Amino acid sequence: MKEANRTIAEGRVWFQSAGKEAWMAKGANMAIRAVNLIGLLLLVLIFALPFAWMISTSLKTMPETMVFPPEWIPKNPVWQNFSEAWSSGPFLQYFVNSVVIAVCILALQMLTIIPAAYAFARYQFKGSGLLFGMVMITLMIPSQLIFLPVYLELSAWKLLNTHLGLILPFASSAFGIFLLRQAFKQVPEELIEAARLDNAKEWKVILNIMVPLVRPVLITFALFSFIAHWNDYFWPLVMTTDETARTLPLGIAKIREVEGVATWNILMAGNLILVLPILIVFFFAQRQIIRAFVYNGVK
Amino acid sequence: MTLWEKLRPYGMVAPAILVFSVFFIYPIFYMIYLSMFDWNFISPTKNFVGLQNFVDLFKDPDFMQVLKNSLVYMLLTVSLTIGISLLFAVWLNRTGVFYGFVQGAIFSPHIISLVSISLLWSWLMDPEYGLLNWAIGLFGFEKLPWLSHPSTSLISLVIVAVWKGIGFNTLVFIAGLQSIPKDIYEAANLDQSRPWKTFARLTFPMLSPTVFFLVIINMISSFQVFETIAIMTQGGPVNSTNTLVYYIYDYGFRFFKIGYASAAGVVLLVIVGLLTLLYFKLLSNRIHYR
Repeated sequence: MKEANRTIAEGRVWFQSAGKEAWMAKGANMAIRAVNLIGLLLLVLIFALPFAWMISTSLKTMPETMVFPPEWIPKNPVWQNFSEAWSSGPFLQYFVNSVVIAVCILALQMLTIIPAAYAFARYQFKGSGLLFGMVMITLMIPSQLIFLPVYLELSAWKLLNTHLGLILPFASSAFGIFLLRQAFKQVPEELIEAARLDNAKEWKVILNIMVPLVRPVLITFALFSFIAHWNDYFWPLVMTTDETARTLPLGIAKIREVEGVATWNILMAGNLILVLPILIVFFFAQRQIIRAFVYNGVK
Repeated sequence: MTLWEKLRPYGMVAPAILVFSVFFIYPIFYMIYLSMFDWNFISPTKNFVGLQNFVDLFKDPDFMQVLKNSLVYMLLTVSLTIGISLLFAVWLNRTGVFYGFVQGAIFSPHIISLVSISLLWSWLMDPEYGLLNWAIGLFGFEKLPWLSHPSTSLISLVIVAVWKGIGFNTLVFIAGLQSIPKDIYEAANLDQSRPWKTFARLTFPMLSPTVFFLVIINMISSFQVFETIAIMTQGGPVNSTNTLVYYIYDYGFRFFKIGYASAAGVVLLVIVGLLTLLYFKLLSNRIHYR
């Protein structure tokens, strides 16, 4: 009897300690998860706070921007900051220029990259290796490298301070050709053969069969191209001096000269006008945009 | 094959090739040509000076400072970006809505205009009323001059570049991690490897092509830095943040020394060209490997 009791008692102790260990393991696990979660939140804060600060500043009066500890949500949001930023320069002109230039670049790129990518993917012709090598080299040449000679070219052709001067250098895209060529290569040969048997013209095959098949890639590229040129500051800065051809990023950067150095509320309001459209597009097409940019990096 | 069918591919690539030739390939040769002349853009005659521009360039202490700045900026930006991104990639390489959200958040600066980022960080780094100085004050640190002093200006620009670049690099690393076959990990688990060992012996070697690529891409883009400098520091204070592209821009458009600026452009071309060659070499190796 005593023996049995001892065994039961021992068993109970063993059971309790085992439970304790399991509970401790569970506790440690939960601690790790909590630390992980706090880390993730901190990470989001590092990237979200600057944007939040931009929005907050854009709704303050100038004296309020200098108050610390900061008030993140201003009591009386100053919406006039936006109209003041907008009226500090010909912003309608900037906006129209930005849209016209980004849209024209995209349209021309589509016209030039689709046939070129198709030819590189589907035809065998003499010199195709050499020509594609040229595309690859262009892919690696940054516009920061060649702006001076291109400036002289555009100047000789009287294209400085014009929309054309900002559009033509980007009328095609090496990255677009590269991306689309891969996509065209993946379309099974049988699909094209079937269409050819129906005696369809080659351009009809491209337009009615190939282009719809690679539409996701085209959308990806379109997002990439539009964002890149909407954001561009360098090229319009170098190629224009006249307000009639300048774009939104230049207008925003100029607010500081017009309004004075310390008017951060007006500057951040202007900044928000530039950023908001992109952030909204990003919100709705996050996956495609990330795919486009990441693919541009990996290639 | 009819003549039309023979010519068709050339016709299809012609528009794109024309654009590349006129605006990318030809300008490179034109710039090399210009680098051997003394020309102020307005004068009708160009004086041939041979390699004198290059001699002047490397005798100019300002240009040596610019080269040094570019190099320091590149080394700091690339090492910090790659190191932090690799860490983040291993951490964030998980599926689920929340991880997707975090990935999106850290990626967001990459699609924002550099103008916005430059202005925003100028404000955050304002020595008097900037949020950053207030925040470090909370921890008992003294205010930093950030962009307004030569000792901190370049590192401030590096911080902005790293903040902007981390998300993009992290996501490229995650794409690389996901392309590593899963069965290799199952084998490693059978051997009961510790996580750190698994990373050092398995993940990192498998990821090394991606690491090389990102290092080169980041090096090339670091040497092209312009926007943040033009908006945040204009190369100052006392030349501490003047880098190659800004120097070329300055000499070309402020002093109209076209030949001299072109020579500086050729120096940048050589640097980017060498990096590009390395890139293509790795690319062909990788294709061969696959």
